Amino acid sequence: MTSSLYQSSAANTATVDACMSLQNVTISYGKFEAVKNVFMDIPRGRVTAFIGPSGCGKSTVLRALNRMNDLIPGCKLKGRVVFDGHDLYDPRVDPVEVRRRIGMVFQKPNPFPKSIYENIAFGARINGFKGDMDELVERSLRKAAVWDECKDKLRESGFALSGGQQQRLCIARAIATEPEVILMDEPCSALDPISTLKIEETMHELKRSYTIIIVTHNMQQAVRVADQTAFFNAEAVEGGTGKVGYLVEFNDTERIFNAPGQQATQDYVSGRFG
Amino acid sequence: MPTDPNPALNADAFTLRRRPPAEKVVDLGFRQLTLLLASTVAIVLLGIFLTVFQGAREAIATFGLNFLTTSNWDPVNEQYGAFIAIYGTLVSSLLALLIAVPLGVGTAIFITEDLIPTALRDAIGLMVELLAAIPSVVLGLWAIFVMEPAIRPALNLLHSLLGWSPFFNTVPQGPGMAPAILILVVMVLPIITAISRDALNQVPIELRQGAYGVGTTRWGAIFSVILPAAISAITGGVMLALGRAMGETMAVTMIIGNALNFDLSLLAPGNTIASMLANQFGEADGIQVSALMYAALILMVLTFSVNVAAQWIVRRLSLRY
Amino acid sequence: MANPAPITYATSALFDRRPLHFDPSLRRNRFNLLFTTIAGVFAAIAVLPLVLVLVHVLVQGGRLISFGMLSQLPPPPGLDGGGIGNAILGTILVTLIASLIAIPVGVGGGVYLSEYSSRGWFAQFVGFGNDVLAGVPSIIAGVFVYGVVVTTRIFFDQSYSAMAGGIALAVLMLPTVIKTTDEGLKLVPQELRWGAYGVGASKFVTVTRITLPSAFTPIATGVVLAIARAAGETAPLIFTALFSPFWPEGVFSPIATMSVLIFNFAIMPYEVQNALAWAASFVLVMMILGANLLARWISRMAKV
Repeated sequence: MTSSLYQSSAANTATVDACMSLQNVTISYGKFEAVKNVFMDIPRGRVTAFIGPSGCGKSTVLRALNRMNDLIPGCKLKGRVVFDGHDLYDPRVDPVEVRRRIGMVFQKPNPFPKSIYENIAFGARINGFKGDMDELVERSLRKAAVWDECKDKLRESGFALSGGQQQRLCIARAIATEPEVILMDEPCSALDPISTLKIEETMHELKRSYTIIIVTHNMQQAVRVADQTAFFNAEAVEGGTGKVGYLVEFNDTERIFNAPGQQATQDYVSGRFG
Repeated sequence: MPTDPNPALNADAFTLRRRPPAEKVVDLGFRQLTLLLASTVAIVLLGIFLTVFQGAREAIATFGLNFLTTSNWDPVNEQYGAFIAIYGTLVSSLLALLIAVPLGVGTAIFITEDLIPTALRDAIGLMVELLAAIPSVVLGLWAIFVMEPAIRPALNLLHSLLGWSPFFNTVPQGPGMAPAILILVVMVLPIITAISRDALNQVPIELRQGAYGVGTTRWGAIFSVILPAAISAITGGVMLALGRAMGETMAVTMIIGNALNFDLSLLAPGNTIASMLANQFGEADGIQVSALMYAALILMVLTFSVNVAAQWIVRRLSLRY
Repeated sequence: MANPAPITYATSALFDRRPLHFDPSLRRNRFNLLFTTIAGVFAAIAVLPLVLVLVHVLVQGGRLISFGMLSQLPPPPGLDGGGIGNAILGTILVTLIASLIAIPVGVGGGVYLSEYSSRGWFAQFVGFGNDVLAGVPSIIAGVFVYGVVVTTRIFFDQSYSAMAGGIALAVLMLPTVIKTTDEGLKLVPQELRWGAYGVGASKFVTVTRITLPSAFTPIATGVVLAIARAAGETAPLIFTALFSPFWPEGVFSPIATMSVLIFNFAIMPYEVQNALAWAASFVLVMMILGANLLARWISRMAKV
C-alpha cells in the first residue's frame, strides 16, 4: 500500500504511514456545527486516542470515520476523509463497503438478539467469509479474551453474558470480519474497572494486527493504551447558541501528557477543567 | 414564652389541623366508588358471557356439536347448523391476514427505517391512522358501489385462469367472499401497520448501529436484526388483527352475499358468524334466536382465544429489547 | 519518532475485498433496491384505500349536501327528496348517551386501577378483563344489550330504544376510556402526588385536584377518539336502537342513526336511498375526521 494520496497537513506525523487522513473536516447537525476544520493523519498499526471534554465532537469525528453518522438525520460532513486512497464521502462510495473494512465497537454493549456463536458468525457471513466458521468464532473470541467465558455456552443468547463479557463479545464480533481499522466509542464507559482492564489488555493484543482509534473520557486509559493522542476542545461561537468542537493538538501520547504544545491541553490533562 | 408576633403562624389560624370526619368519609367513599366502577368491566364481561350462554342453551341442547359441522340453516324446519358461517369467518379472516400482514409490516418498515424523508413518513403514518377511523359501514358502502365493480374484471380473469380449481370455479357476480376478504384487508391493515411501527420504533438505536457497524446493508439489518428483535410485538399485533377480522361485521355483511349454501369457491357468496347475526337477529324468534346465540358464543370463544393468545405471545416471546 | 514495529496486517484472504465504490450490480445492492421498492409499493397500497374512500365520500356525498338534506326526514321508498336530519340528531343523541355512561364509569375505573389498586390480583384481573372486553366483537355487544335491555323491556316496557343503543355503544367505549385513563395517570410523575400528600392533602383531593387534572390531555385525547369510534359503530345498533323514519321521540323509543341509515339504505334498490347513504357517509366521516383532528390538536396543545 502506498501513501501517495495522503497529503501532509501536520508535520509531526509526516513520516508515518497514514491509515486514515482527515482533511479540513467540518461536521454539522442541521444548522449547528458540531466540530470544524479538523486535519489529522491517523497512523497505521497504532492505537490513537481521542480525548477532550463532553461536547467537543470527538465521538462525532470517530463516527464520521466509518460513516455511522449517515444514520443520524441532518448530519452533514464537509471536507475529505481519505482511506485507502478514496475519499469516504465521495458520492460513489458505498457506506456498507466502508463499514466492512472499518469496524466499530460502541459505548453500550449491543450484542444481537442471537446466540453467542451467531453474534460472531453473522458479520462474517455477510462479509462473504469462505473459511471454517467454527474456527473463526473461536479465534475471534480468543482474540477478544472472552473465549474461556463463552466456550461452553456458544448456543446461548449473547445476553447471558455479563456487561464486560458482552462488550468483549462485541469486540470479537468486530474483529471477526477482519477489518483494517477498529473504531471504539468509549468502549469501557459502561463497565466496571476489572472488565475495563481486560478490554485494555485485549486492545494491546489487537494493535499488533489492527489500527485502533478509541474515544475515551478516561485520561489514564489514553495513557495506558494509546500511542498517539488527539485532544479536542469546544469553544463558544460568537453569536451562536452552542459550542463548536475543534482539534487542539495531536501528537504522541507521551508528548500530549508530559509536554503539550498548547495551554488548553496542559490545563485539560492536568485536570484543571473538563 | 413570648407570643408569636406573626398571627399567620398562629396554630389557631388553621381550622382544619384535625381532619373532620366528613373528609375521611369522602376519602373512603371515593375509593369504594372507583372500585365499583372498575368492577363494571368484570360485571359487563360476565354479563355478556352469561347472556349469550343462557340464550344458546336451548340450541346447544338441541343441536349439540353437530351445529359446528352441518350447514343447513332452515328456519322452516327449525334445523340449524353454522358450518358455513364458521368456515366463512375463519377463511375470510385468515386469508385477509395473509394479504394484510406483508402489506402492513412492509408499510411499517417503509415509514420507520429512514428510507424516505421524515415529512413523507409522517404523512403516510397519519393517513394509515385515519384509515382506521373510517367507520366500517362507510367502507361497506364503498365496497358495494366502488370497490366490487372495480375489481370484478380482475376476479373474472382469476375465474377464467383458475376456473378448474374448486376455489375459483364460479362466475363472480357482485357480492362474494373475495371482495369481503379485500375489505377486511383494508380494515386490519391500519392495526397491523400501527403495531408493527411501534414495535420497530422500540428496537434500540444501539442494535441498529451494531448491525450497520459490521457492514450490513439496510435490508440486511432489517431482516437479520431489526425484525427478529421486533417479532414478538408484531406477532401479538397480528393476532389482535385476527381477532378484529373475525368479529368484523358491517363491511363484511354488506359485501359477502350472506349465502345459505356452502360453496368452496372464493368468488361465490359466503357468510360469517357476525354477518349472520347482523342479518337475522332482529327478525328471529324461537329456536332461531337460540341458534344465533350459539353462533355468537362460538364467535366469542374464537375471538377470546385469539386475544388471549396475542397477550400471551407478547408477554412470553418478548426479548430483552 | 521511532519507526513502528513490523506489523502483521489483517489478512483478507478469507474475505471478499471490493473497492469502496458503490456497485449497484452487487447482489446485496440489487436485493436492497428490490426490497425498498416492494416496501414503497406496499405503503402506496396501504394508503390507496383511504384516498379512494375519501374521494368517493367527498364527491358522491359532498355534492348532495344541502340545508334540506341536513334538516329533512328520509322519504318513503320510491319517492324523491328528503334528507337525513333525524339520523344526524339520532347519532348525536345515542353517542351522547353512550358518553354519559362510559366516561364517568371508565374514568372512575381507570382511577381505581392507577391510584388505588396497588396492582394486586383484582387489578390484574380487571386489566385483563378490560383487554378481553376491548376484543369482544361489536356485534356481540349488540347481542348482549338485546338480551339484557331489549327483550326484558326494562325501560318503561319499551323494547328497542335510543337508550339501549347508547348502552351498547357504552360497552364498546368503556375499555378504551379505562385504558387511556389508566395510562394517562401513569404518566403523572410520582413527585406530584408526594407534593400533594406533603401538604396534607387527602387522597381524594390529591386525585381530583392534582393527579386527574395533570393527566387531562392524554385522557381527553383518548376519550375524543373513543367517542369518534362509537359514533361510527353500526353493528351494536342494528337490533338495539333499531331505526326510525321519524324524528326522535325521546330516549326510550327506536331512533334513526346515520350508521344504521347507511347500512339500511345501501342495500336498498332505490337510487334516492343510495344517495342518502352517501350523504350520511359524508356527514359521518366529516364528524369523525374532525374529532380525530381535534384529538391531535389537544395533544399538540399540551406539548407546546
